[in-house]
Amino acid sequence: MPVIGIDAPGKEVLLMGNEAIARGALEAGLSVAAAYPGNPSSEIIGSLAEVAAQMGIYVEWSINEKVALEVAAAAATSGLNAIVAMKQNGLNVASDFLLNLNMTGIRGGLVLVVCDDPSGISSTNEEDSRIYAKLADLPLMEPATFHEAKDMVRHAFELSRKIGNVCLVRSVTRISHARGNVVLGPLHKEKPVPYFDTSRPLSALPAAVTHPVAHERLRQAQEDFEDSPFNKYRGPNSPELLIITCGAGWLFANEAVEILGLEARIGLLKIGTTWPLPERLILSHLGSASKVLFLEEVDPVLENNVKSLYADHNLDLPRIDFLGKKSGTVPDQGELSPGLVLSILSGLTGAVAPGVAPKYQATAEEVLNNFCPARSLAFCPGCPHRASYWAIKTALALDGRDGVLFGDIGCYGLGFMPTGFSQAKTLHAMGSGIGMASGFGILNRLGATQPALTVCGDSTFYHAAIPALINALHHKANCLMIVLDNSATAMTGFQPHPGSAADAMGSPAPVIDIEQVCSGLGAEPVVLDPFQVQETVTTVYDLLQRDGTNILILRQPCALVRAKKGARRYKVTVDPAKCMGEDCGCNRLCTRVFRCPGLNWDRDLKKTNIDEAICAGCGVCADICPAHAIVKGND
Amino acid sequence: MDKDPYNIVVTGVGGQGNVLASLLLGAMLVEQGYKVTIGETYGASQRGGSVMSHLRVSRSRQYGPLIPPGLADLVIALEPSEAARVLAQFGNPNAVSVVNTRPVHPVDVISGELPYPAMNDLLDAVESLSARVYLVQATEKALELGNPILANVILIGAVAGAGLLPITAEDLDKAVTQYMSADKVELNRKAFILGMEMTGPVPLQ
Repeated sequence: MPVIGIDAPGKEVLLMGNEAIARGALEAGLSVAAAYPGNPSSEIIGSLAEVAAQMGIYVEWSINEKVALEVAAAAATSGLNAIVAMKQNGLNVASDFLLNLNMTGIRGGLVLVVCDDPSGISSTNEEDSRIYAKLADLPLMEPATFHEAKDMVRHAFELSRKIGNVCLVRSVTRISHARGNVVLGPLHKEKPVPYFDTSRPLSALPAAVTHPVAHERLRQAQEDFEDSPFNKYRGPNSPELLIITCGAGWLFANEAVEILGLEARIGLLKIGTTWPLPERLILSHLGSASKVLFLEEVDPVLENNVKSLYADHNLDLPRIDFLGKKSGTVPDQGELSPGLVLSILSGLTGAVAPGVAPKYQATAEEVLNNFCPARSLAFCPGCPHRASYWAIKTALALDGRDGVLFGDIGCYGLGFMPTGFSQAKTLHAMGSGIGMASGFGILNRLGATQPALTVCGDSTFYHAAIPALINALHHKANCLMIVLDNSATAMTGFQPHPGSAADAMGSPAPVIDIEQVCSGLGAEPVVLDPFQVQETVTTVYDLLQRDGTNILILRQPCALVRAKKGARRYKVTVDPAKCMGEDCGCNRLCTRVFRCPGLNWDRDLKKTNIDEAICAGCGVCADICPAHAIVKGND
Repeated sequence: MDKDPYNIVVTGVGGQGNVLASLLLGAMLVEQGYKVTIGETYGASQRGGSVMSHLRVSRSRQYGPLIPPGLADLVIALEPSEAARVLAQFGNPNAVSVVNTRPVHPVDVISGELPYPAMNDLLDAVESLSARVYLVQATEKALELGNPILANVILIGAVAGAGLLPITAEDLDKAVTQYMSADKVELNRKAFILGMEMTGPVPLQ
């Protein structure tokens, strides 16, 4: 039994923040869970899928975040408890529906968990999704520990049912993708029978009527938040500095205050219910300090809301020096860290953290400069995307018209870096590659001479590429869409998608075939194995010469999936007698340009060799070696 | 562990089994009644990038998921230059290191844009930032067991063998059963014991 499904109230276990969120939903009496994977949120629904059968719940990986929210809303409007999880970018996709659902409200319980990624550790942006809570008039909570993440989600369901509207829970990478002790509560096992009351339809219209109702629901949430146990104060009655913080910031602030010995001087107000603000609680603390510092990730959301509250009550409150992102005291981008919080508090109070001796520090700097070569991100050894980009690069060079490759989101997003031979020229949102290629593909009518092409993964194809592909086909855009079908949502952890023969819960599922979808749209997709390097180059080149929207599906499973299944295709070796190293006319094509991590350049012998601990045995390097020094043998 | 919190960094390169190693270590310590917090690296940075997990172990309370600079007590490195990188940021004169000696060359080294440091100099650098260093040929041993990924559990075994953490092969079995699957127990136990033998006395069977 996976840990989140253990029926042992009181037992203390190690859970990832995302698993704690999932457990909280189970303790609240969950019936339905839906999401599209996106880090740092993916394990919430992934872990629920593992216990779906035992818990009698329904779990799905939906094709995108808007559909996931719609699936969950159908459950919630039928009286059930439903959870939907996404990353910050995903909330943008879901927002169109969310900003109407908030107006109708729901009838069961619906918790929307959004996991932000400060610093963009596994994201293309570091947007602060909390803005949406204010925009949508929905209550928002932010957990600061793993145990609290569980309890907060359970409470969010209670509140959602009480006010009849969606509740938002915002996590961040350092909560979602961190692990800590969680004390299990009882599992809620009874599940209501879903029933949609057709005598009470749900419509956002007329907005002039539903908008005030949404505001009233938010006021109820505010009352609930006023004496919430998720808000805590620790420190003296009249601190010299009051820190207002939330999320992971609270853990960092707590430790920094302790390390600097500032317990008697600094007050720490942790807010777990960040929208609407628990106004009475915050006002009672604002009166006690003349200096207030905000520690939060990423945007000054709490900071601006508290300042606005202060402005409303400024006649009753003392003059306050507000410190945060606006004052430049805290950086206005990136995540918080213990080191950053320590230096901010040192600067404000003069307290000094005990550090390592200067001599050690000097050695550390020298080591960092001389013994730690940078590690650029790269495709995994044996990754089919490397072979695909190699073919694209070669075909574009043959074509000679400076073709533009519009990139997309997935592992293959690394295609704008050297690992994809810097071929991708744009990188924005899921499915925006084909959307932009569709747009560029009509510009020949306005004088453009460059061919347009785009790459798109299999999961991205379902998520957001299909409407844009229809757009391209309908408008006869001249572009080549290359679907990099590695049969995996690889970047987020191999969640199934509509191309998989099983669903999130492991039940057999009909495969929605990409090729057939394309054929159904009137296109004639070509399907190839990107490991057939020469044939792929020729095909990409040929398709670039054709008018209209063309589709090439390059199909080869993700190297990590292949590795899990065991056998390598080939045992690849280098014949040192044939490898001419730097004297070869190829200019070290294999290591300098192809850059597979399974290859090694031996600086002493000036020859290439294979690292057997790393090589995945795809054999593509053997095909590109002009001296035939790299040899594919049987593994 | 004589310090509270006791701070451990497990470091390496994406794909080396860093996350799993830290999960198993954490699970074994929670079972013994410790409060454990683990901060991990996921996603894009796992594709060939440096990765690290921060483990904070305490008898009394839940610490934050990141170790403050200079406060690591134990560095477990699946790759030697990553040991140096972590020690330079989180090390101190009392830090102990357990280091796999097999390098993984960054793509910038493969392409010839950067050199990989000479192994002797690199290990000297690691030593200069540690109170004690245990060098372990974990990847070579893992290849003998049939899968290079087992280097992570071999290193955990080496930590146990050196007496750095109060963990045994039985604790590992339990953690593997709970967080992975029962059929993985045998091979992981073998790897753990191999690691123990490389740094300390052979355990009683």
